[in-house]
Amino acid sequence: MAEQLPEHPEFLWENSEPKSSYDVVIVGGGGHGLATAYYLAAHHGITNVAVLERGWLAGGNMARNTAIIRSNYLWDESAHLYERSLSMWEQLPEELDYDFLFSQRGVLNLAHTLGDVRESVRRVEANRLNGVDAEWLTPEEVKEVCPILNIGEDIRYPVMGATYQPRAGIAKHDHVAWALARRAAELGVDLIQNCEVTGFLKDGERVVGVETSRGRIHAGKVGLCAAGHSSMVAELAGLPLPIQSHPLQALVSELFEPVHPTVVMSNHVHVYVSQAHKGELVMGAGIDQYVGYGQRGAFHIIEEQMAAAVELFPIFARAHVLRTWGGVVDTTFDASPIISKTPIDQLYVNCGWGTGGFKGTPAAGYTFAHTIAHDEPHPLNAPFSLERFETGFLIDEHGAAAVAH
Amino acid sequence: MMLIPCPHCGPRNENEFTYGGQAQVAYPDDPHALDDAAWARYLFYRDNTKGLFAERWMHATGCGKWFDAVRHTTTYEFHEVRRVGRMLETESTPGKGPHT
Ligand SMILES: Cc1cc2nc3c(=O)[nH]c(=O)nc-3n(C[C@H](O)[C@H](O)[C@H](O)COP(=O)(O)OP(=O)(O)OC[C@H]3O[C@@H](n4cnc5c(N)ncnc54)[C@H](O)[C@@H]3O)c2cc1C
Ligand SMILES: [Zn+2]
Repeated sequence: MAEQLPEHPEFLWENSEPKSSYDVVIVGGGGHGLATAYYLAAHHGITNVAVLERGWLAGGNMARNTAIIRSNYLWDESAHLYERSLSMWEQLPEELDYDFLFSQRGVLNLAHTLGDVRESVRRVEANRLNGVDAEWLTPEEVKEVCPILNIGEDIRYPVMGATYQPRAGIAKHDHVAWALARRAAELGVDLIQNCEVTGFLKDGERVVGVETSRGRIHAGKVGLCAAGHSSMVAELAGLPLPIQSHPLQALVSELFEPVHPTVVMSNHVHVYVSQAHKGELVMGAGIDQYVGYGQRGAFHIIEEQMAAAVELFPIFARAHVLRTWGGVVDTTFDASPIISKTPIDQLYVNCGWGTGGFKGTPAAGYTFAHTIAHDEPHPLNAPFSLERFETGFLIDEHGAAAVAH
Repeated sequence: MMLIPCPHCGPRNENEFTYGGQAQVAYPDDPHALDDAAWARYLFYRDNTKGLFAERWMHATGCGKWFDAVRHTTTYEFHEVRRVGRMLETESTPGKGPHT
């Protein structure tokens, strides 16, 4: 299958030296930072932009995630945002002129209890009202979509059905980052690696620039896209965020012939599996319960995830784990992102995507760029403001979203 | 898996414990006196420290008791545990911003 991987384009991007000042500085060169810079340049004509990344581009969660893309969220606000994102994914390979292997192979969200079944059917109906392609499948129909899945009744958590979103799928995450970086750089954005933001320059209640490991950079506006480290960065500006950072792990097996045609997620037994283009089985686990920045989680989380995977997919029993890793995810108390202005003028924040922000990369970039350019949210991200924690208009996708990945 | 030193039972495996988040977050003396911003602060804002962090754990499948601990959130090492009702001595008192 490896021959399906696209060749690298001749040119990716140039490493820029930081200038002394920009119209907009984006902190964090993961998918969201790169997408924001791309949309600022492509849609708003703001090209005097720098993306500052303390490590290397997309070395954070952007290259650690399990690359699942779907839009079957329960609440209207989320369905609108994620569905916009999914329809943007459908055009992005052409728009960016880069085949990053977006593969709409569908996602099954399994139900294992009566509670799961009720919640799933409700979510399917809500999805349909919002124009999201969603179906409820019986165990036999689930087996048709994914023949290697065990739908027997003699397992600990038998499959009682599943929701199915045919337009969902996966993409090759590192290539997505390179596609965005390349196009942003072409449009004039400076991509600056090994440049850590260590402080903010303020003029009263207004941010006017950043201190970095490579010197002081003035900025008309500053947008934060620091994912797991959002609280650390925002704190430097004196902005508290309602975020808790947790380790989240994933793993891959050695390469196999194609056996797994779709993406399977199970909230109840906490595993999600797809097969990458190259042939590895890609599996994600649950988050570790504690606050952690170690980019590694506990082994028992992986053990539980493997036990669940082998029960659901008996064919996996002889597969070997090749590699495990962890990322640091920024979770909010309602499991929904924050794409928002802040109480500090000219400072904007995009964070809280937690375990599920890869799929949101296009919509995050699109709405965050709008928010920065107009100093006002786009209708799609207006509900995802920082104020919702004060007004009480939470968008509670906990559980409702069928595992937030 | 972390080995967590329960102050009542001694070191036990992490998966016997439930996490309780930041320690020593007091219920407001007079909740009615708080405006929305202050109430939101109490409900939804917690320190998210990279470094030494004072937090609560409950030994769910052991003694069932809550206790406070100071743990490093990058090395995951436990520096101190205290039974409920005793203040943590480490300078990492929550509510004072980040301790990197
Ligand atoms: C194991 C795992 C599995 C996941 N699976 C999925 C999935 O299947 N589907 C899905 O939709 N989502 C998934 N996610 C979530 C998704 O990866 C994230 O929500 C998303 O990547 C976050 O946005 P980002 O790409 O911009 O983050 P990152 O790539 O983490 O970018 C943030 C960047 O900010 C930089 N930074 C931090 N501090 C500073 C500073 N002071 N100065 C300069 N730069 C700084 C970091 O170095 C980093 O590169 C998963 C995450 C993990 C860890
Ligand atoms: Zn105990």
